[in-house]
Parts: sequence; C-alpha cells; structure tokens
Amino acid sequence: MIDFSRNHFELFGLPVRFATDPDALDARYRELQAEVHPDRFGAGSETERRLAHQASARVNEAYRALRDPVERARYLLAMRGVDAMDQKDTKLPLDFLEAQLECRERAAEAAESEDIAGLEAILAGIHRERVARQGELAALLDGECDAERARQAVRELKFLAKVAEDVETMLEALDA
Amino acid sequence: MSLLQIAEPDEPAPRREPKRAIGIDLGTTNSLVATVRNGIPVVLPDEEGRPLVPSIVRYAPEGVEVGHAAMARQSQDPQNTIVSVKRFMGRGLADLADDRRFPYHFVEAPGMVQIGTRHGVKSPVEVSADILRSLRLRAEAQLGGTVEGAVVTVPAYFDDAQRQATKDAARLAGLEVLRLLNEPTAAAIAYGLDNAAEGVYAVYDLGGGTFDISILRLTRGVFEVLATSGDSALGGDDFDHRVFCWALEAGKLPPLAPSDARLLLVKSREAKEMLTGHQAAPIVARLATGDDVNLSLTSDTFAGITQQLVQKTLQPVRRALRDAKLDVADIKGVVLVGGATRMPRIRRAVAEFFGQPPLTNLNPDEVVALGAAMQANALMGNRERGDDWLLLDVIPLSLGLETMGGLAEKIVPRNSTIPVSRAQEFTTYRDGQTAMVIHVVQGERERVADCRSLARFELRGIPPMAAGAARIRVTFQVDADGLLSASAREQVSGIEASVVVKPSYGLSDGDIARMLQDSYAHAAEDMAARAFAEAAVEADQLAEQVRNAVAADGDLLEERERATIDAALAEVARHRGGDDAGSLRAAVEALNRASEGLAARRMDRSVSKALSGRNVDTLVGE
Repeated sequence: MIDFSRNHFELFGLPVRFATDPDALDARYRELQAEVHPDRFGAGSETERRLAHQASARVNEAYRALRDPVERARYLLAMRGVDAMDQKDTKLPLDFLEAQLECRERAAEAAESEDIAGLEAILAGIHRERVARQGELAALLDGECDAERARQAVRELKFLAKVAEDVETMLEALDA
Repeated sequence: MSLLQIAEPDEPAPRREPKRAIGIDLGTTNSLVATVRNGIPVVLPDEEGRPLVPSIVRYAPEGVEVGHAAMARQSQDPQNTIVSVKRFMGRGLADLADDRRFPYHFVEAPGMVQIGTRHGVKSPVEVSADILRSLRLRAEAQLGGTVEGAVVTVPAYFDDAQRQATKDAARLAGLEVLRLLNEPTAAAIAYGLDNAAEGVYAVYDLGGGTFDISILRLTRGVFEVLATSGDSALGGDDFDHRVFCWALEAGKLPPLAPSDARLLLVKSREAKEMLTGHQAAPIVARLATGDDVNLSLTSDTFAGITQQLVQKTLQPVRRALRDAKLDVADIKGVVLVGGATRMPRIRRAVAEFFGQPPLTNLNPDEVVALGAAMQANALMGNRERGDDWLLLDVIPLSLGLETMGGLAEKIVPRNSTIPVSRAQEFTTYRDGQTAMVIHVVQGERERVADCRSLARFELRGIPPMAAGAARIRVTFQVDADGLLSASAREQVSGIEASVVVKPSYGLSDGDIARMLQDSYAHAAEDMAARAFAEAAVEADQLAEQVRNAVAADGDLLEERERATIDAALAEVARHRGGDDAGSLRAAVEALNRASEGLAARRMDRSVSKALSGRNVDTLVGE
C-alpha cells in the first residue's frame, strides 16, 4: 500500500517542480492505480478493500492536482507555506480584470447572437493566454522563486480557467 | 497487447477451482447473463438456446412470468405485464415525462413510483429483482451451483438513486454484487481485450431506454474513462413510440384501450426493426374495436419522425468530447452498443459525426454482458497470469450540496475518476447556530431545485458561535460502484455526523432482509408510516428554510405575500401534528408555492452579491 505521508510529487516519483512531463505523470498514474485500485482486491478482506479505496482515492487526488496547472502551482506554493488563494488578499491587477471583463462581455454578445464560431475563437484566445501564463509560472516557481509574483500568476490563471468555463457553458447552452 | 506486469502477492499461487462469477446486463428491453468459461466469456442461453431474455415481468394469476412467456401475453394483460421497468428505477411519478404513455396503475410513493398489479403494489426494484432472479437461476442451473458473485451493469449516466435502486434489486434477487459496472465501460473491456485496441475510443450505447456516450483511453491494459455523458431517458423505446404516434395519426385512430395500445406498439416496434433491412414496413393490426390498421411506414417517413431523437444523442456526444478536451479527430474508433444502434439511421448519423464508419464487428446485444462477466471473473480472483487489465471509471454527474439561497455547490465535479474522496469547508449562517442540514444533491444545474436531491442529514451540537466562525468540513466519498457516502465534522468541537447516501426511498439492509422474508403482510401500514415520516422531514425542513428566509430577507416581501406565507406555514404546522402524509405533502407544496417568489428574489440578491464580490477567492473552495 502507499505511504500517505509522502507529498504528491514523491508519490509519483517526480521532481518537485512546476514544469512536468505529462507522459511520465500519466504512466506513473497508471502504474500506481494498477497496484492500489479496489478492483485488485475484489476477493480481499473488508479491511483490504477499504484501504484500497483510500489509497486509490489518494492517487486520484494527487494525479488531479499534478495534472492541472493551477492546482499544481497552488500545491507548490503551499509546500512553501504560501496560500495562493488566501481570502485576505485577493487583489488582481486592474488591467487584467478589465481585460477579462471585456472578454466576458464579448462572449456574452456572441452567445446572444448564437455565434458559435465567435465563442470558439474567444475560447481559443483564452487558451493561448493560459499557456503563456503557465510558461511564466514555470519561470517563477522553478527558477529563483518569487512567491508573491507566482501567487498572482496562479490567481490570474485560476481566473482565466473560470472565464473559459463560463464560455464553455455558453457554448453548451447553444447546443441545447 | 502488451500488458502491465504485476507480481502475484503470494507466490506460488495454489491452483484452485475458479469461483462461479457472472455478469448481468439488466437492460430496458432485454437482459442477459454471461460467464467466463476456460478464459473465454460466453453468454448463457435458456433451454431453447435464446441468449436474450425480454425484460418483461407478468404478474399472472398463477404466478410470476418473466421474459418470453410474459412477452407473449403482454397485449392481453397489459396492466399486469411490466415492460421497460428500468425507466422507473429511482424515479418518482413527477420524473416520468408522460405517464399516460404507460397502461399501468401507478402508485405515488415517496421518491420512487410504484405499480399496482394483481400481486399487489410492486416497486421497480422488486420487478427488476424478478428479472435478475430468473437470470441467476438460469446461471446456477448451467454452472452447477450457487453463483458466488455478480457484476451488474448500469447505464453510465445513471445517477446515484438509479444505481442504488439497481444494487438493491440485485441483492433482493439473492445476488452478491461484486460491482456495478457502467455499460459502455463493460463494452469497452470486451471490445478492447478482444481486439488488442490501443488509443482513444468512443462507445456510443443506445439501448432500449437509455443513451450513454463514453470516451475511453486504452493504454497497455488500462481502460481509462476520460468522460461520459448521456440521457437516462432516451432509447429505442422512444423510436417505437414515435412510430406508434405516427400510426395513430396516419390511421386516424380514436384513443385506444390499453390492450390495443400495446398491440399497436408491438407492431410499431416490428416495423422499426424491419426497416433495418428494407425500405418500407407494413403495420397491420386488427383492434378489439373492430378497426383495422393497415399502414406502410417508409424509411423516409421514419427518418423524418425520428430526426429529433437522433439529434438528441449527438448533444451528449459533443459534451463528452469537450469534457475530455478532445476533438473528433482524436477518436481512433467508435464502438456501437445496444440493439437500437442496428438502425441504419443511427449508424449513418454516427459515421457522419465522427467522420469514420463505426466498428460493428461485435454483437451490440451481447458485448455488455460479456464485459461484465470478464470483470466479475477478475474481481473473483479467477484471472490467469498475463490476463491483466484495469478499469478506471468516472462519475457521470457532479455531486454537491445546498448552500444559502438554494444554490448547489459542487464538491465532486462530473467525470471525476472514482474512487474519489473530496472535502470542502462550510460555515454557519446565523449567530449561535447549533445545527446544520447537509442537503446532498446531484446534477449540473446551479439551483438545487433543478438538481436531484439525494439525501439530507443533520449535524447537531455545533457550539454556539458567531455566524461564519464555525468550520464544518464536509467530505464526500464515492466508491468504485459510483455510490456516494457523505460525512460532516465541525473542526473546532470535533462533532461529527455521516450518512451513506441512500436516497430516502432506497432500501436499507434491514428493509431488504424483511422483504426477502415476508414482504406483503404489513406493507401498506409500513408504507404509510414511512411516507408520513418522510413528508414530516420535508415539512420541517421547508418550514425552517422559509422562516429563515423571511427573517433574513423579509424586506423583499410585500405585506400580502407575507400573510400568504404565514398562513401556509400555519397549515403545515397543523398537518404536521396529524398522520396523513398526503395532506401534509399538499400543505408543504402550498408553502413551496407561497414562498417561491421570495426564494427567487433572494436568489437574485445572493447572485448579485456573489457577482459584485466575484473574484478568485469566491471561486475556490478551501
């Protein structure tokens, strides 16, 4: 069974850093699940099955956190004692917020006029920005760590993810 | 296919007799049972060599008939012959889009609808158990002994209530349930292992009454579901019904008696099936009224009347692809499952959407049962060395709980890989609040009212604190069957409460034991008491909510509205003191209506509050 005290990176045998090798992460995930998944203990005792459930859920949780850039960055910052989402300090730069607000408005207009291609273009734009922001984060977290700037980049990335989600919801609504 | 190498825990493993394990595909229209024999999955046919058993149960004067026998008599005894019972699993009368479509005597019961038959009132769980029991007996006769474990399949898009109902039915049928397995996943195992498939595949599963789409990645023996979506009330049945409606109209028929309706429905289905190989199909019937029906359904007409249904399946397909963050071009192959995918209409639509012809080198009726048998075999520890594979499945619908303003807060998002355990912290709303109701819901909508309510439980004994000071950690755990349990713990005091989430009408272990022994004697009395107890919980809950809402946002009310609410509250209190579930429920309903306007305005207020303060931290849980 797995050692629950290890951090996500140790669990997956990966270096503690933001830049990751997604193929290595995926492969290691499958290997871990092959060991601990409850299906491996179908004929096992009640206790074994319960432990398998816990271990498998733990592996799923770690995989989810490591695969998602926002969660991965949050986790790295938390390891350094920094809470990226601390509710006491949630400031974002005004120009960033304005740009996002404007983006939301454009999306809402596109949705209003049932412009699916327009919405998809907006979504692609957000995606490009997210990729760029991830590059920044890698530099901020893996180089000489600037926790405060990294913290802000994480929050911006999270905000972008939320905007993308909203646009996806609009697209979905047009599908219906 | 190269497979993951996994060492045997205690080598050398002693050779032993394989345990008797079966896989059951409990379908809307047909059901099957399969097992693995000498390493090869096989369907177990009946004495006449028929692999499928129609999922039809007739409560006949002389006993219970299941399958072909029940099917043969359905037109003569439609009210006592239950078809497509799967549509009613975990569903209330209000959930059935058109209950007049069915000839049954529906009985309103808390949560799940029941059906009056000549053998008394039957819940869908009991009817399904009758089908499962006949499959268990068939398997035991052929395997030469008691079945030691079974995997029962469910539509991937089944919610917690429908899954729980299925598991209860299997237990009631005397089966040891090893696992509930999603139907498209079962099909993927059977297909993938048979064809040594690698890459991303879509499974398009259109059954008799349910539609699922699952996107899976197959990598060296690991079957990883990336996303699933569907419609748990859309299937071949609906195509039959369209033909039936067309025949009514084209034949200018008057409203039909139940037996005539069933006859015409059967003829409609036959015509639909005939169109698979022909350009036109006759619908000919003599009704009890003496009217003759003599129509010809062309494939063009059929295409026209079912166009909308075909489109309805593509919507979840697009959503699943989006959730998997994949494009049509990423899909290496499309596996068709379910008898309804035999329709050329469906095959064309799927081919057009995916830009490739679907894979049809397997029997769409049998592949799910075969996959289930393979999973049962593996879970029983019967697998051979080298026969090593693993399933990683997901939950189809988000799980969350109700927060202030009737909004649903998601805790486990849809398409999370199971098993999963996830926690989130909440706090109190009022100063000195000592109890909290945890209302667990499932669904994608923002408002709790639009999601499915799964359970409510209370955390009591919270030490009085200022509003917002208590820290209540709610933990959701979803097991490998996709079933949820939830617990809540106040972090400061350590007070704890938990439930295995069984929808309020789900059966407890005790219920099942009792039903297995003697179900009929006190059924009516028990039901009434249970119905009242449940209505009372709901009444208290709603009254408390409304009182809170009035206290918190009374300024949103006009005087007259307030008087109406007060009167409705008094009425609920009056019936709460009685013992009649029906009148209490009516009073609760009236209170619901009276407070609807307030609820909507409060929601607007909380939404605008949330929006004005919307920044990153409000989007993040902990």
